[in-house]
Amino acid sequence: MAGSRGYVNRRLHSLLGVIPLGVFLFQHLTTNFFATRGPEAFNTAAHLIEGLPYRYVLEIFIIFLPLLFHGIYGVYIAFQSNFNVNRQGYFRNWMFVLQRITGILTLIFVAWHIWETRVAIGFGWEELNYQLMEDILTQPFFFWFYIVGILSVTFHFANGLWSFFVSWGITVTPRSQRIMTYVSLVVFLALAYIGVRTVIQFAYGV
Amino acid sequence: MSEEKNITLIVTRQDDPESEPYKETFSVPYRQNMNVISALMEIRRNPVNADGEATTPIFWEMGCLEEVCGACSMVINGEPRQSCTALVDQLEQPIKLEPMTTFPVVRDLAVDRARMFDSLKKVKAWVPIDGTYDLGPGPRVAETKRQWAYELSKCMTCGVCLEACPNVNSKSDFIGPAALSQVRLFNSHPTGEMHKSERLQSIMDEEGIMGCGNAQNCVEVCPKGIPLTTSLAALYRDTALESFKSFFGSDR
Repeated sequence: MAGSRGYVNRRLHSLLGVIPLGVFLFQHLTTNFFATRGPEAFNTAAHLIEGLPYRYVLEIFIIFLPLLFHGIYGVYIAFQSNFNVNRQGYFRNWMFVLQRITGILTLIFVAWHIWETRVAIGFGWEELNYQLMEDILTQPFFFWFYIVGILSVTFHFANGLWSFFVSWGITVTPRSQRIMTYVSLVVFLALAYIGVRTVIQFAYGV
Repeated sequence: MSEEKNITLIVTRQDDPESEPYKETFSVPYRQNMNVISALMEIRRNPVNADGEATTPIFWEMGCLEEVCGACSMVINGEPRQSCTALVDQLEQPIKLEPMTTFPVVRDLAVDRARMFDSLKKVKAWVPIDGTYDLGPGPRVAETKRQWAYELSKCMTCGVCLEACPNVNSKSDFIGPAALSQVRLFNSHPTGEMHKSERLQSIMDEEGIMGCGNAQNCVEVCPKGIPLTTSLAALYRDTALESFKSFFGSDR
């Protein structure tokens, strides 16, 4: 017996990825999607979220602490694996590898994204508005950085949702797991569209 | 078949557990319906490599020769499987033989699978019935349950699922799918079920169920077609409920 800590940490890692991080991702992408209705709609939506009561408590317990745990423990999990798709080239094995690669990409992207927006705003270097994102995303490097970042985040969430359903014993039979694969694909495509569409709006104004 | 045909084998060899592995090529006369074991036996009969040099016979393990004991597992052309059922006619030439990398090599193609038996002990893969008097016959098993439980009982601890699993390696303590599936088997038994909670607790640690990463290679490579990923998912459910019961409390 190696003690239950490893078990509890893995359970927590799996839970936090969906609740609250997945829920927050959905909320965040939806709020940003207001940009497609123009700068004023985006500013109104963003300021509503910015002005939520006990905002720091929400940020710390719904976003930052879960994010830190999921991110750091996730790196530990990713580096415990020996990738073997060259020998076992099955679909799920590829998903297993992609889940870990997109996890690392997500960590890099999210760290930079928080630095450039939330931290910059927190220190008063920047102000939260449409202009901030437009200035970032009209630079070609950051446009592609955000595209890759958003695709990684949404893939990691959608495929993670599939694993979540297995890890919590919801989908047990091969049939239910296969159907969940299609569901997770739809979730990925939907969220990726919402994110990429918003980025295009900021970058090109269309 | 008057014509003399030869098959080529490239074997990854190792003289003892500590020494460096090396490759040696062999050319063996072809016979009809040959399997990898009969080719290895041929080399043992005449231990000369493809360059015509005398060498030591290749060391490997075997038992039943009908894919029920698991002893002759090795990596054949990159695929972990039993060498007794690896027919030469169905293999691409040259045939590459390597020991499974998940286990410590004893010598040449023989590996030490002791960790699998340690895992079976860890998860209490048995039904405790010993006592001081005859307890009589146990409860009957429902036929539907017997049918799927029988599939799980086909496991021969061959190690192929551990070899294919990306999470069973020297960096992780994960015990692998084979022993976990046995937890489901013994928990499904009407008498074994009395110790269900103990078995579940034994896999709720760093080495147990949560070490699985859902790559699902195990179910693809299992020579006995055991629904390993269904077992793992069922255990994910059982351990989640077990956690809930043991933390919040329940009458067990």
